[in-house]
Amino acid sequence: MNAKQTLIGKLSLLVVAMFAFGYALVPLYEVFCDITGINGKTASEPVSAEEAIVDTSREITIEFIARPNQQMPWVFKPEVRRMRVHPGEIHIMNYVAENPTLRSIVGQAVPSVSPGRAALFFHKIECFCFTQQYLAGGNDMLMPLQFYVDPALPAQYSTITLSYTLYDVTDQWQPEAQDNLSELGE
Amino acid sequence: MSTVTTADHHDEHHDHKPTGIKRWLFTTNHKDIGSMYLIFALVMFFIGGAMAMVIRLELFQPGLQFVDPQFFNQMTTVHGLIMVFGAVMPAFTGLANWMIPMMIGAPDMALPRMNNWSFWILPFAFLILLMTLFMPGGGPDFGWTFYAPLSTTYSNDTTALFVFSVHIMGISSIMGAINVIVTIVNMRAPGMTWMKMPLFVWTWLITAFLLIMVMPVLAGVVTMVLTDKYFATSFFDAAGGGDPVLFQHIFWFFGHPEVYIMILPAFGIISAIVPTFARKKLFGYASMVYATASIAILSFLVWAHHMFTTGMPVFALLFFMYTTMLIAVPTGVKVFNWVATMWRGAMTFEVPMMFALAFIVLFTIGGLSGVMLAITPADFQYHDTYFVVAHFHYVLVSGAVFSIVAAVYYWLPKWTGHMYDERLGQMHFWCSLISVNLLFFPMHFVGLAGMPRRIPDYALQFADFNAIISVGGFLFGLSQLIFVWVLIKCARGGEKAEARAWEGAEGLEWEVPSPAPYHTFDTPPEVK
Repeated sequence: MNAKQTLIGKLSLLVVAMFAFGYALVPLYEVFCDITGINGKTASEPVSAEEAIVDTSREITIEFIARPNQQMPWVFKPEVRRMRVHPGEIHIMNYVAENPTLRSIVGQAVPSVSPGRAALFFHKIECFCFTQQYLAGGNDMLMPLQFYVDPALPAQYSTITLSYTLYDVTDQWQPEAQDNLSELGE
Repeated sequence: MSTVTTADHHDEHHDHKPTGIKRWLFTTNHKDIGSMYLIFALVMFFIGGAMAMVIRLELFQPGLQFVDPQFFNQMTTVHGLIMVFGAVMPAFTGLANWMIPMMIGAPDMALPRMNNWSFWILPFAFLILLMTLFMPGGGPDFGWTFYAPLSTTYSNDTTALFVFSVHIMGISSIMGAINVIVTIVNMRAPGMTWMKMPLFVWTWLITAFLLIMVMPVLAGVVTMVLTDKYFATSFFDAAGGGDPVLFQHIFWFFGHPEVYIMILPAFGIISAIVPTFARKKLFGYASMVYATASIAILSFLVWAHHMFTTGMPVFALLFFMYTTMLIAVPTGVKVFNWVATMWRGAMTFEVPMMFALAFIVLFTIGGLSGVMLAITPADFQYHDTYFVVAHFHYVLVSGAVFSIVAAVYYWLPKWTGHMYDERLGQMHFWCSLISVNLLFFPMHFVGLAGMPRRIPDYALQFADFNAIISVGGFLFGLSQLIFVWVLIKCARGGEKAEARAWEGAEGLEWEVPSPAPYHTFDTPPEVK
């Protein structure tokens, strides 16, 4: 009888542990992808602008793709479609956002880099994707991105595609961010 | 001694039981619960089958004729959910309830009250699921795999009910699995060592561990869908920092072992039937046990082969391709052993054997298309086409379902005390065999030609094949009515079955009289 109860206890514990494991897969996935960079996610925090040595011996083509999500009414596009850079050089790139509706909308851009492994070598010093962006109805704005490509980028990569999808997050807007955005608004 | 304990005492040791509905509601008898599981599975098989008939009716001709696309999607979704969680899994649990205690010489399952509970929550789970079809907005329409964001951003308002019904199904399966493990580990008759257990018991033990490992993960992922949709979390929402691909990883971490949950007990059934009708001992018993265990372990390392087209790095593609192909090795061992068991056996071809033989051939066809799908570059072409539909219906219908039908024919004399009508059974077999191939074989062709799955319309060049497939579907559905007829006829009467209903049958279940008395092995048998 006792052996039976011990076994039931162990099996129930396994059930609870596996339920927890299901949830643990979420941070595990994040960490795994962060380390390996395999899902093309770039860092969500700015890197400090180090004095990286510019490698003038090769040029990398950076392609910029930007699209609003289906439910996002903004017009959203990069100022230039592609750029050739030396690894280590710091560049500024602007994205144009325009809110053609009559209501204020908050947007959040989510980046993705292809090929995925190159994401680890694409550094952002400043990016509009780090924060939510507020735009009043009928207005437009330029959203800057400051970046450089790590000179350690493996030689096999000659083109990096940076893609942004812009989501409407008006529902989840954190109003404390309102202060520094008020100049843009109403 | 109070009267209550006297009554208990009385109940436990004689065939006395409450009558009417109370017998079934309050029963803790493994045979009653097994029967209820099996009948429930049969009812669900017909409900899920009716949905398949709607799907085939719509696809009989190109264009939209009978149902609108959203309802079509609800049909594909609920058909899948019902067949997986309502038909195949409860049927195996029913067989486990009926047969495992009798096979290992135990008087009942280890946890009889929980057994009652794990069955009786199941009808409510499916009531909730089926109810949603009649609600405004309709039932779930995002496929049984409920990929985010289809099940979060784009799903209808009944998604919460879908989630709760999956929770209940999961709880039921987990309780059933715990019961099976505790029974097998603690209640074997003296002398029934691990390596003397019938393979059906072995495969179910391993299946139960798979259930315990992955059903909680399914519960977790549906809960994430629930909170993403209703409570503003962003597990799978890129706008909030989540990742929809993560959904697929967690889902298939459950989903792939789930596939083996639906096939390992089938291996056990076939390993019981083939030796009986070949009148030889099973070839390679130990290798069968090890093969089952290796399949179970490998099943945790292959989940991303469902996701080759999500844009994984080459290393991951290769890893999952190789591990997937590795599974073909233990599976091949099993097929080899079954064939070797039949080699030079004195074979007869009663209905259980016919279904078992059809299983071996058709399951192997399904396995081979599985190996084709495992080839990453080829999978890019096959992904989400009818080729995939053909593959998993070969392994699940002519695999799992055929094995369940074989098991029912095989043990029916033990359950009812009567032999079934052999002539009707053979008719059921041949009708099923022909129609199932008419139904699923041409799906390979339309799939390779590029017909996508889960779409209510198709390009004109697929019209002829789809008409054939639909006819096969209707015939297969009708053929199963013969099965019901056989079952009713056998339950009502027929030739008296002996304790050992089949000449070559081995095992403790054949030592007790047919029909098996309400209580068997009150005193454990001695196993030599």
